[in-house]
Amino acid sequence: MSEEIVSDLMRAHVYRLASTGQRVDGRALDEPRKLSLERTYVKTAEGSARAKLGNTDVLVGIKMSVGEPYPDTPNTGVLSTSVEMVPLASPTFEAGPPRPDAIELARVVDRGIRESKMVNMEKLCITPKEKVWVMFIDIHVLDYDGNLFDACSYGATAALGSTVVPAKNQGLGDDFALPVEHWPVSVTTAKIKDVLFVDPALDEERMSDARITVTTDENGDIRAMQKGLSGSFTYDEVKRIIETAQRVGRGIRPLLRSS
Amino acid sequence: MEDIEHIEKEMKLIRADGRRLDGRKPDELRPVRIEAGILRRADGSAYIEWGGNKVLAAVYGPREAHPRHLQDPARALVQCRYNMAPFSVSDRKRPGPDRRSVEISKVISEAFSAVVFREQFPRTSVDIFIEVLQADAGTRCAGLTAASVALADAGVPMRDLVASCASGKIDGVVCLDLNKEEDNFGDADCPLAIVPRTGEIVLLQMDGHLTLDEFQKAMELSIGATHRLYEMQRDALRRRYSTTLEDILKESPPLPAPPAPEFEPPPPPPEDDFGPEGI
Amino acid sequence: MESSGSLRPIVIPGEAVGGPGLKPGPGTYSEGGQVFAAQLGIRNEHDGLVSVTPLNGRYIPQRGDAVIGEVVDLGPSHWLVDINSPYPAPLHATESPWRVEFGDTSRYLKVGDVIMGHVLSVDEIKRVQLTMQEREARRLNGGIVMEISPTKVPRVIGKQGSMISLITELTGCRIYVGQNGRIWLDGEDRDTAVAASAIRLIEERAQSYGLTEAVRELIERERRSTTGGRPA
Repeated sequence: MSEEIVSDLMRAHVYRLASTGQRVDGRALDEPRKLSLERTYVKTAEGSARAKLGNTDVLVGIKMSVGEPYPDTPNTGVLSTSVEMVPLASPTFEAGPPRPDAIELARVVDRGIRESKMVNMEKLCITPKEKVWVMFIDIHVLDYDGNLFDACSYGATAALGSTVVPAKNQGLGDDFALPVEHWPVSVTTAKIKDVLFVDPALDEERMSDARITVTTDENGDIRAMQKGLSGSFTYDEVKRIIETAQRVGRGIRPLLRSS
Repeated sequence: MEDIEHIEKEMKLIRADGRRLDGRKPDELRPVRIEAGILRRADGSAYIEWGGNKVLAAVYGPREAHPRHLQDPARALVQCRYNMAPFSVSDRKRPGPDRRSVEISKVISEAFSAVVFREQFPRTSVDIFIEVLQADAGTRCAGLTAASVALADAGVPMRDLVASCASGKIDGVVCLDLNKEEDNFGDADCPLAIVPRTGEIVLLQMDGHLTLDEFQKAMELSIGATHRLYEMQRDALRRRYSTTLEDILKESPPLPAPPAPEFEPPPPPPEDDFGPEGI
Repeated sequence: MESSGSLRPIVIPGEAVGGPGLKPGPGTYSEGGQVFAAQLGIRNEHDGLVSVTPLNGRYIPQRGDAVIGEVVDLGPSHWLVDINSPYPAPLHATESPWRVEFGDTSRYLKVGDVIMGHVLSVDEIKRVQLTMQEREARRLNGGIVMEISPTKVPRVIGKQGSMISLITELTGCRIYVGQNGRIWLDGEDRDTAVAASAIRLIEERAQSYGLTEAVRELIERERRSTTGGRPA
């Protein structure tokens, strides 16, 4: 019950700090929380990573199976991303079919991976029109302390980087590392009144007016964006946000790549 | 009992020296490690590694029971949700509940209802969430054992912890704590949960084929194991509350920097603490 | 006194905490002439009564408790206040410090406001009523609200309020502590941050000996390290 409503008093406090460039947890406005990654956490998956962004904790598992390609892309593998916001992770999450926010989250993570061509999907074709590798990215939220967009994206990217395709089991030659060619990095910025801050923690996120996720590649090019919540951004703010996403992304990319 | 694969295969599960394929003796438990209080948002939590199982448990409550019509004016509800992550098993599991997980959730809820002092919290619900991250047979016992630690960590009043372990039969030999291979190709499996202090049985299931003698042998093995697990549960809870003062001082969060001198403070909130009309 | 790092022994649900002749107090139960812990906590024995002070747990309202609540809903003659307990707590207009016309509740308190009030009554099925007619009751403006485990509130307050007086004195903050685990702090941002970290220390270390000295050390050290030569 107390989760949904943020007291006016705390909103004023966070804004008062932010307007002098400060945050409740001592970070700078453009400073993400500490990211830690533990790869191959789950042995039952072909690839996995547990990502902790501050106190937000997600576990991502990659499962590979053999299936049919879509008729319009007969030579490429299939990618499917889903997120379970299980009620273990937050008093506000409920059991049941995925809600719109879980679906949006999964689609935004999926978009960054798909549009950056992170995985060369053509190398996942076995027999054109008939048999391809199907790659399931399953994201399990374990502890929700704000900014699932980036935490899930970092977990998924790191998990893909650790994935070994189980070809031998299927009688398709030797196992091989998933053909990862690019490293997209998602950076989410939130806005309270006129103040922008990167990687909102839960309290900041709950009082945000607007939110935007920008995924850039190693050239700094934009590969996916998603604006959310009922507030708005000026065009000028969006340009600043993209520049920040490029810069913050450069800092995070080496963590995602290293294995 | 997980993932019953109906593959008929001639498989020796007990070696010539009487040991099992993973080298264990018939009465040997797989390695178990329990940690309490590992999730930030939950009121109580625990993590357990048990052989190849990795399971998280969280407790929320007592909190207002939803939907309202479920509220019991005399006591708290104890509601468990057991769930397997899609990547926790070798063939991807579709997200969401299936008949197996609904049944497991029900029997675990009932096991905990027997020990929680429910009448202290009328109209509320104590919610237990078990997430299986990696499965290797025996996930309900691992989940229940971890959930019990999470309940105590949440400060929920209860008569005792609950500890759980299964025994089964492989190659005609009654063995403690079957792993996945043994479960798939064995002859019987019998999970048990007890209140260690009193010996009350609060969960018991069985599938396969056991004689009464074999059942008694299985119970003997399981009960012995639950007492060892009980000590591990208690140890995890004690460790949770024994960090040193130095650790806490090191972890205290950084403070905001001193305000910049040119900073103009925003207009102060109205002095009046009593709203528009005052007293 | 023992060193500040040492801990009081912890008891676990189901553990025997007293034999025949002892009476079961809060946090315990008796069975077959023995007393057992019902909650994870610290064992106390006083005048033949054995009790367990819990280390964690939800806030269960009791008559007379001072609580800090957030207005979450309103009706024509009442407000609904979240007091961090499993039970929602209505505050009727007649229990407010104002003369409220029917249908005019939003003029005095709106959703998102924070109040300091008291538990007026709790019935046998835990239906709660609040009042704002006690002397300290008020709407809280400015400052911050932090939440701690309600079971740690007695440690934050200290014997006869000694701990909270110490923090108030060393940081210069105004502080209200609700029995429901919510604490309101008002002062300079840096002072409230120091006070908040002192309260977090108490929460983490509620079962240690020598807490007062540890709190004094923490506040003095943090003020030295962040005031940058400014007189504290």
